[in-house]
Amino acid sequence: MNNTAFSIKQMRAFYGAKEVIKGVDISIMPNTVTALIGPSGCGKSTFIRSLNRINDLIPSFRISGDIMYRQKDIYDKETDVVELRRRVGMVFQKPNPFPKSIYENIAYGLRIHGLNIKDTIDEIVESSLKKAALWDEVKDNLKQNALTLSGGQQQRLCIARTLATQPEVILFDEPCSALDPISTAKIEELIHHLKQNYTIVIVTHNMQQAARVSDYSGFFLLGELIEVGRTHEIFTAPKDKRTEEYITGRFG
Amino acid sequence: MNNRVINKRLDGLFKALGILTTVFGLSVLLVLFIDVFLDGASRLSLDFFTSFPSRKPEAAGILSAWVGTIWIMAVTGCIALPLGIGSGIYLEEYAPKNRLTALIEISIANLAGVPSVIFGLLGLGLFVRWFNLDRSVLAGGLTLAILVLPVIILSTREALRAIPFSIREASYAVGATKWQTVYCQVLPAALGNIMTGVILAMSRAVGETAPLITIGALTYIAFLPQAPVAFSGEFPFIHLSLQGLFDPFTALPIQIFNWVSRPQKGFSVNASAGIIVLLGITLAMNSVAIILRYRQRKKTRW
Repeated sequence: MNNTAFSIKQMRAFYGAKEVIKGVDISIMPNTVTALIGPSGCGKSTFIRSLNRINDLIPSFRISGDIMYRQKDIYDKETDVVELRRRVGMVFQKPNPFPKSIYENIAYGLRIHGLNIKDTIDEIVESSLKKAALWDEVKDNLKQNALTLSGGQQQRLCIARTLATQPEVILFDEPCSALDPISTAKIEELIHHLKQNYTIVIVTHNMQQAARVSDYSGFFLLGELIEVGRTHEIFTAPKDKRTEEYITGRFG
Repeated sequence: MNNRVINKRLDGLFKALGILTTVFGLSVLLVLFIDVFLDGASRLSLDFFTSFPSRKPEAAGILSAWVGTIWIMAVTGCIALPLGIGSGIYLEEYAPKNRLTALIEISIANLAGVPSVIFGLLGLGLFVRWFNLDRSVLAGGLTLAILVLPVIILSTREALRAIPFSIREASYAVGATKWQTVYCQVLPAALGNIMTGVILAMSRAVGETAPLITIGALTYIAFLPQAPVAFSGEFPFIHLSLQGLFDPFTALPIQIFNWVSRPQKGFSVNASAGIIVLLGITLAMNSVAIILRYRQRKKTRW
């Protein structure tokens, strides 16, 4: 099993004394889409936010277990968190563009990693916006403040911003929960395309979405990973009764 | 009378009361403005700005006072801005959230409420006596800097706290370091509000009299601190000097205080004219703060 992107064993996570992830084992394959489903407060957001250590920002957060990315323990003292976050990008639940121009939103990630050649930045801004299916809508207004875009456009800008720094993995934390169905459809299509070049992990409340976009699905409940497997198997023949009850809408 | 009618009347009553209190405050301010203006407007002339104080009220001016005020404000700004904004950033973004930080926070909030005359005593003991700066521009500027420092720290923190956490997350998520996040994202977004706070703090300092009198700033000064830049026909033609920092000074509020306490009628006219100038400066600074805040609000809506 050396070809996994993430290999996680006995992950436990706490906020203060409260245990929110209770011993999770999961492997995430490269160039696949893995969807994590489960009711609110089941720990799936905490899980995904642990994969790029963005949860380190929360003072009371603690984690234990083996969380290996490409055979390296990302919670090791030697780990360069900045480098990890560049390789493992993230798109958040609520679109969070910087209060700057569309262009600057994407250029920022490049500049902080030392790229200063304007032509190259221009190229990457354009190619990232194209990959995020936003280029045609904004190409004439790159100097416009990103906060003037619609919610769906902002979220695609955030995806473009993530793509610009050429990560290997993209984590999506409920990326469509604040968006209308049309924007949601665009982003799902995008995720589908991105799969060829990136490893994708997506947390979603929307089970149809999980079924549509993912290759693998994992069902979280009260901090435990109840079941994980190929998406069509999870949705057609779940092994655990609780999974079946959740996806058929009997609770959650 | 049923309940609904009573409630309606109470509602109306409170509205009337609210209007009354607002009008009261505003009219007092207006009367003050008009009174000062009627007294002092006649004295406002170019001469008034270009003359040194004098024993004769009609010849006296505020040259040394407004130049002194500018010197003091420049020193105060140069010291209080970097210290205040720096501490604000540290406390809000970097400091671990523990008891020590909490203690520091409480102390700063308390310092912001300490009467200004006490800062004057501190300035007298520390800068004038101990550092042997005498009654110089530097001593005055340092004293006022200490006075406005807590206010600047508090308003910087307030401004930083108003920036949503999601912006920081976004920055970290593309691989930014803490400093890059603060410097490139959080600080620019908060700058408008930080500057608003800074200007309001400075405009308070402009009018401070007590601490300057406490440190013993002179009231009668017939010369200016040496200018920092001077031109001459000799090489290198431009001469830079910080000697002015160590010269004695007076400032607008002190000059006004001095004139008010004189018995002659002419000096009270001068005082009113001085107050108009001081009010003008304060209002101008506050307007800049309001404009900055307005523009910031227009630019960013989260």
